[in-house]
Amino acid sequence: MAEFSLPPESRFKEVPGRKHAAPEGASRVKTFRIYRWDPDGTEKPRVDNYEIDLDRCGPMVLDALIKIKNEVDSSLTFRRSCREGICGSCAMNIDGVNTLACTKPIEDVRKDVNIFPLPHMPVIKDLVPDLTHFYAQYASIKPWLQARTPAPPDRERAQSPEDQEKIDGPSACILCACCSTSCPSYWWNGDRYLGPAALLAAYRWLVDTRDEATGERLDELEDPFRLYRCHTIMNCTEACPKDLNPAKAIAEIKKMMLERHL
Amino acid sequence: MSAYQFVDHTYDVVVVGAGGSGLRATMGLAEAGLETACLSKVFPTRSHTVAAQGGISAALGNMGEDDWRFHFYDTIKGSDWLGDQDAIEFMCKEAPSAVLELEHFGVPFSRTEDGRIYQRPFGGMTTHYGKGIAQRTCAAADRTGHAMLHTLYQQSLKHNANFFIEYFAIDLIMQDGECRGVVALDLATGTLHRFRAHMVILATGGYGRAYFSCTSAHTCTGDGGGMVLRAGLPVQDMEFVQFHPTGIYGAGCLITEGVRGEGGILRNADGERFMERYAPNAKDLASRDVVSRSMTVEIREGRGVGAEQDHIFLHLEHLGADVIHKRLPGIAETARIFAGVDVTRQPIPVLPTVHYNMGGIPCNVHGEVVTRRGDDANAVVPGLMAVGEAACVSVHGANRLGSNSLLDLVVFGRAAARHCAEVVKPGVGHRALPADAGDLSLSRLDRYRHAKGPQRTAAVRLAMQRVMQNDAAVFRTGSSLEEGCQKLAGVFQGLGEVGLEDRSLVFNTDLIETLELENLLLQAAATIHSARNRTESRGAHAREDFPERDDEQWMKHTLAWVGGDGQVCFDYRPVQLQTLTADVEAVPPKARTY
Repeated sequence: MAEFSLPPESRFKEVPGRKHAAPEGASRVKTFRIYRWDPDGTEKPRVDNYEIDLDRCGPMVLDALIKIKNEVDSSLTFRRSCREGICGSCAMNIDGVNTLACTKPIEDVRKDVNIFPLPHMPVIKDLVPDLTHFYAQYASIKPWLQARTPAPPDRERAQSPEDQEKIDGPSACILCACCSTSCPSYWWNGDRYLGPAALLAAYRWLVDTRDEATGERLDELEDPFRLYRCHTIMNCTEACPKDLNPAKAIAEIKKMMLERHL
Repeated sequence: MSAYQFVDHTYDVVVVGAGGSGLRATMGLAEAGLETACLSKVFPTRSHTVAAQGGISAALGNMGEDDWRFHFYDTIKGSDWLGDQDAIEFMCKEAPSAVLELEHFGVPFSRTEDGRIYQRPFGGMTTHYGKGIAQRTCAAADRTGHAMLHTLYQQSLKHNANFFIEYFAIDLIMQDGECRGVVALDLATGTLHRFRAHMVILATGGYGRAYFSCTSAHTCTGDGGGMVLRAGLPVQDMEFVQFHPTGIYGAGCLITEGVRGEGGILRNADGERFMERYAPNAKDLASRDVVSRSMTVEIREGRGVGAEQDHIFLHLEHLGADVIHKRLPGIAETARIFAGVDVTRQPIPVLPTVHYNMGGIPCNVHGEVVTRRGDDANAVVPGLMAVGEAACVSVHGANRLGSNSLLDLVVFGRAAARHCAEVVKPGVGHRALPADAGDLSLSRLDRYRHAKGPQRTAAVRLAMQRVMQNDAAVFRTGSSLEEGCQKLAGVFQGLGEVGLEDRSLVFNTDLIETLELENLLLQAAATIHSARNRTESRGAHAREDFPERDDEQWMKHTLAWVGGDGQVCFDYRPVQLQTLTADVEAVPPKARTY
């Protein structure tokens, strides 16, 4: 069994936080329990309770977070941008599952809505995780087209619709990190295991008919940690808010490894 | 002010913003061997380019006859003759090479059966000067912006560009009318940074969040425009705000024009395909200003759908599940999540929604920021450039055509990098910054951070958004614009009375949202005052009290300067009606019908 210890800001005991009651006359009250941690302060992480009137709130969890920030507590800190599930900013752990706050309906959560930062990442503040390492792993797989054959000067590289379909899904990844931070292998060995997001990106280039670095890309992945720490737990595919399938991509990479040794 | 310390950096070029134009500039600069820093307040792939759906225009002719001259004509007509024809020629001529280059970088474009880039029809895009319908818009399903933005970030990684991620640019460092650099706040550490550079390129995007309902991301706060205005420079043509015909009713999320490109149809409460009445030739594929006005008229005259009769239906059920799955998968997902609609069986409820700013920081065709100095309407501001939606070159004039925005990003991002490579020599020494460089930023930051006023930032922002939504809408009149200007003056007072709860420096989004609000508010003032000032109707600017285009008086760009109190003053620049080269003939103004 691997040993691991959590960074201090992630070691979390239920410290009673602040309570913000619903305004008078609220008709449909829902409680949002939100992880708070201020790096400047000396306090330990806590969970604040916010009661929100759903009749005066948009349908998504992000709508509730924005309502809280706008009207109740402007110090609540989270990332957000596109609010339509394409930029990947507002990934967080909602009701125990990593997902995007902007496309997660509040109605899907039956009881109180528990909101925490993506698990097992260093926390910068409140719901904002530090994704520096995650991004570095993405860069490490050289996620750009590599080809020795020069591109034709006055037209595109040809690719059939069937070949394009192979990269269509994997290239739709939004780098939200929901998959990698839901993976127990990544929790334990995130320093050396690339995790599902980076491996999905590697797969996207491995199956792109225009890319000519398949051998080198596989060489780079031939490593007990980088690729083979995937134990097919499938949390990644379960978590992906874009319905992509990183687990299958990883399995395909393992197959390619096998095939080239045959 | 000694409580704050600056960390100082020196680069050949600093790019502010990492969307499509900022990344294209950054990778070009890195490729050219210039020491380049790219600052972005969000991780690059979170920039709003990622939300562009339908595609990028270029006369490749993969799916039928095409010529960049047709594209040139369409863009000028789309701009209602406010576009500068030299810049439009440059963009349309460069388009095929810029798009092929993207393919060579690895963009996962959809394909035709013979393996070429798939192209779809889009609003206002025609062949033979309006006679036929062009298939000009290159698409990666309905997530073209996502495909492009990720690819450009990947290319920037390949070229080892220096990124400063989650750095919020606060202000330009100006010295005697020249830009010397920028001041930025590193969100993750709360440290302040001064970047000194031979050239600063603003690629900060639009300011859609000045309105209550927009397709724009929360981060579209026009920070570059705010910085420019505070530096005493003007913005241009701000009255021209594009309403996209098909934002989802209520949520405001974008439904691409590509839906109509693939055959989608707008219908009113009578089930009528009303665009046939307003645009007999182009119908649902007329340009966006025309479609948005038509929808608004339908709703006003009582033919809207829904319980309140306040929106319109967009039908795509007839396209069949195959086309929807292959060409519009993202739309199907978005409509399901945000409108609860299964697009293979039900129409999408839509409404014209603020989408794009044609106006911005005035630039010449190289991307150099210009202003008016006395008789010189094209006076270059040394050390400062702008690209993308933040800029106003102007290739879009009074109304942008769909899929010309992604094109604008890559063509002018690339041109800006080339221009820098010509005028900036790598490693040339820098003069010292003035002793007080950055003091303005510090005083603003410190004031807001400790602000204890009675008003919430969000409340002031909402007040601004309501004014803009009500008084600077699809149709405008003098009286409501006048009222809007006065109300907005009140909102400016509100900004002086804000109070923040978060006093920290690390990831203080309370503070960032307040700084963003100031940027928004300056541009909201420029927008509504410019709209009141322009007494004609042209493109996206439709005045009910002045329904005709007035070329005699108003074929000119508005320049607006905004004071800290919201006072606006104007000047003008002529529209460039000559082309850049003899490759194409200029298009003289004429009546605009679709």
